[in-house]
Amino acid sequence: MAYKTRTGSLDAYEKGVIELDDDLRKYAFSNVFEVAGKAAPYERVAVVQNLEYVAEVVRADGDSPWYATPHDEFAIVMDGEVTFRFVQLQDDQVPGHEGGAVRLGAEPNGPRMGRVTARKGHQVLLPKGAAYQLSSGSPSVVLIQTGDGPETVKRWNDICVLKEA
Amino acid sequence: MTVLDATIERLGTDDATGYTTFQLGSFTFRRDEYFAHVSWPKGNHIIEVDRFLRAMVRDIGWGFFYGWIFFDDVFGTTNHYGTVDVFAGSYDRGCKEAGIDHLETFTADAVSEAFTTISQDWISEGYDPLNAPLETGTPIGPKGAERTDPLLRAFIAADRMLGLPGDKPVRSDASGFPVNRAFADLDFDTPDIECEPGFEGQLHAINLFDHIARSDVTWNPSISAVSRANICCVTSEEHMLPVIHGNDRNEWFIQLSDEIHWNIADKNTGAPRGRIEMKAGDVCAMPADIRHQGFSPKRSMLMVMENGTPGLEQRYASGELKPYPVDFG
Repeated sequence: MAYKTRTGSLDAYEKGVIELDDDLRKYAFSNVFEVAGKAAPYERVAVVQNLEYVAEVVRADGDSPWYATPHDEFAIVMDGEVTFRFVQLQDDQVPGHEGGAVRLGAEPNGPRMGRVTARKGHQVLLPKGAAYQLSSGSPSVVLIQTGDGPETVKRWNDICVLKEA
Repeated sequence: MTVLDATIERLGTDDATGYTTFQLGSFTFRRDEYFAHVSWPKGNHIIEVDRFLRAMVRDIGWGFFYGWIFFDDVFGTTNHYGTVDVFAGSYDRGCKEAGIDHLETFTADAVSEAFTTISQDWISEGYDPLNAPLETGTPIGPKGAERTDPLLRAFIAADRMLGLPGDKPVRSDASGFPVNRAFADLDFDTPDIECEPGFEGQLHAINLFDHIARSDVTWNPSISAVSRANICCVTSEEHMLPVIHGNDRNEWFIQLSDEIHWNIADKNTGAPRGRIEMKAGDVCAMPADIRHQGFSPKRSMLMVMENGTPGLEQRYASGELKPYPVDFG
């Protein structure tokens, strides 16, 4: 038997359904492609929150600001192609806040480490100690496993299913 | 909570079927050709043997996972991270009202040894309860030849990220993990990594979908990336989750491919709350006050985000933390 795998994209996704005798806000049901489709480029919109940890959806289009974090992050490309550029930070440049990404004013002055170009299904390490910038020639979607930080955008009322269809 | 100092005991072997009957504490476990029978001083319970074994091997492999693992509405375990409750009817309204519910607490090692011993006796060659039903034989019938390959496959748990030097490897043809038949239509490429001189080996990326597509087991997550206690698990799912999971904390599902249908019920009573149908790209929290069971019509890819902070289960149980994850303001 031949199988057809469905992965979804910005242009073609089908949202599921939630039918519960319960407050739907408890389930915070959303869709990464829908969230990215309505986001400005490089807004980091939380779709997962586990206390101090989040997963952010990013619509990658053009060049992002430079970011750094006090911990590792991991990015998964859900649609399109995204290039991640890395610059090594000196110890005193590594941000000391609790967690999540902070935006840097410009490319740091450290040595360039290289770049990773990732496509759908690829997972990229955004290591502590490196600043990074995302670039994409066309709208793409990235899911970032990170901490709840100053760049995290929360608009749960807008992105979540609040009533049964 | 009294922790019983008990270990698994063999009570005897059935001459007709060849299967051994076991006792752990005051629970006895017997199987026949079709069913597992669990008995305790106040009651008896019957479970279809395929479902029982699929649940049992996962419960061991997961290290009893987070919170409650219901083999069905009546029988299951609760993880207290060092000790484990084995219960019958403790979270079933009918059993509670009839007064036949029963719960005993053992060391995790004792339950793990007991479930491993039972599984090894009750599983014969040709049947692998970690495989999808279409990919393995049947457990029904009398005892057959003993399996010689590994019966249990625990979590593959990356320390930082799969594929990093010194960390757990990604699956590949070379390591004996071909792409599963259900993902044969996908093209898998590798990320392009270009390091500047002096930074060779310091950048890292993998094809995560390729890793998931090569999983030889279902409903058996592997940890792909960890930062502090922020844990990303991935798993391939086909047919039905053979347990009903009641988490002791909030967790999140991100559907990476295809679809999974989840039945949702109240954790304490089992009363149905409804259903959730997740399609590729959907994100949904599983609150800490529910139990859930998934059904995947086609093999699919699922990501699970967990907060592994030690002691979190006590903060939820005490009411310090709400059983749902998001404050809508």
